[in-house]
Amino acid sequence: MLKFFLKRAALTVPTFLALMFITFVAIRLVPGDPVEVRVGERGISPERLAHFRKELGLDQPVWKQFVDYVGNLLQGDFGTSLATNEKVLTEFFALFPATIELSLFAMLFATMIGIPAGAVAAVKRGSWFDQSLMALSLTGFSMPIFWWGLLLIMLVAERWGLTPVSGRIDLIKYYFEPVTGFMTIDAWLSGQKGAFASALHHLVLPSIVLGTVPLATIARMTRSSMLEVLSEDYVRTARAKGLTPFRVVGLHALRNALIPVVTVIGLSVGGLMAGAVLTETIFSWPGIGKWLIESIGRRDYPALQGGVMLVSSVVILVNLLVDVLYGVINPRIRHGR
Amino acid sequence: MAADIAAAAGNGERVAPPERPLAAFWATFSENKGAVLGLVIVSAIVLLAILADLVAPYHPNEQFRDAVKAPPVWAEGGSWRFVLGTDGLGRDMLSRLIHGARISLFIGVSVMCVSFVLGVAIGLASAHFGGVVDVIITRTMDLIMAVPGLVLAILVVAVLGPSLPNTIVAVTLVSLPRYVRLVRASALAELSKDYVTAARVAGVGPLRLMLATVLPNCLAPLIIQAALGVSDAILEAAALGFLGLGAQPPISEWGTMLADAREFIRSNPWLVTLPGLAILITVISINLLGDGLRDALDPKMRRS
Repeated sequence: MLKFFLKRAALTVPTFLALMFITFVAIRLVPGDPVEVRVGERGISPERLAHFRKELGLDQPVWKQFVDYVGNLLQGDFGTSLATNEKVLTEFFALFPATIELSLFAMLFATMIGIPAGAVAAVKRGSWFDQSLMALSLTGFSMPIFWWGLLLIMLVAERWGLTPVSGRIDLIKYYFEPVTGFMTIDAWLSGQKGAFASALHHLVLPSIVLGTVPLATIARMTRSSMLEVLSEDYVRTARAKGLTPFRVVGLHALRNALIPVVTVIGLSVGGLMAGAVLTETIFSWPGIGKWLIESIGRRDYPALQGGVMLVSSVVILVNLLVDVLYGVINPRIRHGR
Repeated sequence: MAADIAAAAGNGERVAPPERPLAAFWATFSENKGAVLGLVIVSAIVLLAILADLVAPYHPNEQFRDAVKAPPVWAEGGSWRFVLGTDGLGRDMLSRLIHGARISLFIGVSVMCVSFVLGVAIGLASAHFGGVVDVIITRTMDLIMAVPGLVLAILVVAVLGPSLPNTIVAVTLVSLPRYVRLVRASALAELSKDYVTAARVAGVGPLRLMLATVLPNCLAPLIIQAALGVSDAILEAAALGFLGLGAQPPISEWGTMLADAREFIRSNPWLVTLPGLAILITVISINLLGDGLRDALDPKMRRS
């Protein structure tokens, strides 16, 4: 088991190195001198310029700069934001819980609806329910979620007034210092009446928007995986034993049908991060996605560089974890390769 | 074959003439009603895009100062002069949407073509050379796939600057790995087959072997990927446009139009509704078409 894990972990090392290389090169391809970008258009004396260049390590040969960059990254130094002068890592960890919270609720929404709906569609294959679910799934899969978000804001939040338009909590009514960074938990801990409900209320629309594409994928995946399992011998045996259809489907079939679905859920982290950029921008959700976009607007390249590096690292690590967990659940994978 | 027919004829049975591949394809494809619907809508959108200058009532950037934010014809105060209303600068929405079809399809098709050609070249090279070349190519593709698509596209655009051509570059980079992996995997599968060995023995050179012998047998999954790749590219480019990192105003790209319309979300909702609807309909119909292609071209991949 340990050997399997180490083997998989070792495979990510070149990926990380290449990722560092790409972020390093990308930032150097930005037109204009990084120092001049930093000091703005007023211009400074040549001595100050030389001083800045030295401070940023730009007087070194390029290969040395790359080695230093990798060395810094390995020590957890992802650079300093030009806009706030804070460490990129500090900013990242301050904002990341917001993105995780949103993603978790989005996945909760997607699985809670997608798995039962997909399973029912498979059992009632060809029925109107199955057909409409597949049509809806195609629509969800093709959805430009930035538009979907605006549409929901327009209808649900503005016209019907059912949910807040943006933000994470009603800031006028509730205020407390962040403890975990997760608004729902912090609201709970604060003990203020209604704060937790307000945090949940603010999560409804963004979670639906971010969860729409995963919902479509999960429903479709569960359906096709379930159809495959339902034709297996052990399902027929379970039926022949006289088990109730609910037990056959719920206990015997669904459990096995879920293995590929769980993998798909795990591997959708990358998609979630991409979706979070759009969702957070629409709902003014103070997470990583919104931060990345704002960094571009502020021409804060170190923040962008560190942010992309960190987001991608999270995705790579989660994928590794899914891979290993899959090996734990399914020994054939572990021993097969 | 001839012997079979002769034998069958000898038994007095009627033998159906061998089906032509195109007819066989159409027979399977047309069974799928959704796919035919997709084909019809896509064809209509393509026609609109090509004939945009003739069909659109106005120039997409022409501003009518007397009719700023005119509502669409079905709403109160709407008129047939501007069927879908006008935007914040008094530009005709219908004309902008029609011209937007041209831009979105242009992005989708160019991304698809470039990734198709590059994907074939890189994938075949990877399968053919194997060894270090293969490892480097596969690892690079893995890396590109590890960075979330939109985040990578954002990085590329942030570096190169936002514009229509750079959108195409960014989206192509994001979609390239899917093509490369597909070509590599199917080429590897084909390379182990007998007909390839036979061709080798017959003295076919490597370039001809890969392009003329192996590639045609990898095309089915590639064509399906290409169809779905167009819709992915359109979505991705529209997302960039929406974030202000894609095509720049006054280009009437659908995502960019949505971004412009955000400030009118309360007062003039159709400005938000229409461009998104255009994106959704286009992407759905291309996906329907792609599903139909999958069913017709590759029975193994058929969705149950």
